[in-house]
Amino acid sequence: MIAHFEDVIIQTVCRILLPFIQLYGLYVIAHGHHSPGGGFQGGVILGASFILFCVAYDIKEAKRRMSEKLDTMFCSLGLIIYSGIGIICLVLGGNYLNYSRLHHILPVNPIDARSMGILGIEIGVGITVMAVMISLFLNLVSSGEHEEGLQ
Amino acid sequence: MKLLALLAVCATGALLLYGTVDMPDWSDPHSPASIHVSPRYIEKAMEETAVPNMVTSVLADYRGYDTLGETVIIFTAAMACILLIRRPRK
Repeated sequence: MIAHFEDVIIQTVCRILLPFIQLYGLYVIAHGHHSPGGGFQGGVILGASFILFCVAYDIKEAKRRMSEKLDTMFCSLGLIIYSGIGIICLVLGGNYLNYSRLHHILPVNPIDARSMGILGIEIGVGITVMAVMISLFLNLVSSGEHEEGLQ
Repeated sequence: MKLLALLAVCATGALLLYGTVDMPDWSDPHSPASIHVSPRYIEKAMEETAVPNMVTSVLADYRGYDTLGETVIIFTAAMACILLIRRPRK
């Protein structure tokens, strides 16, 4: 086990690249209607950007940026957004996940409301996938201790 | 006992292979999937959901339940991983 590994080149390149990777992840989520992409793919890109940070720095530094509690809450938050949109449709008088009912609360016509509903659930899927990737990586790489591993 | 298991596996495999004989040919335009739901998705996806990407409209709108299930599976994977191997150092 390497005690504490610091590489100026790797850390600098990682710092420069990270914002662009995360911006691209958000683009893939938000632009999933018009181009290949969507919640799953964009969420994986966002999670991979955090994993790159873990590899270039160390787990403690990474957990200072995103605590385990916050990460686990994000896991659930995405699912709550997804199923919550379904329940909102139910409350507004449609079937579960029938997004056209959202036009009662959004300033769009029923057809565009479907598009908005799809965007909403893609955001939920993206949040869950991102948090799950981070959680799986941290647990597997440090055999559950979150202390050391890729240092 | 092992021989019995091998026989059971071979018999099941033979049944499955026999079952594929009745399946429609690859990319057959007259198969039930191609004449029932696919044309509806291809023709109506844009006017019904206002989403140009047909894949997204099928994945997230027509088959929304399916995608909800997929997300639950990923969530369950993370929870199982935390429950099985997370052990905070005292």
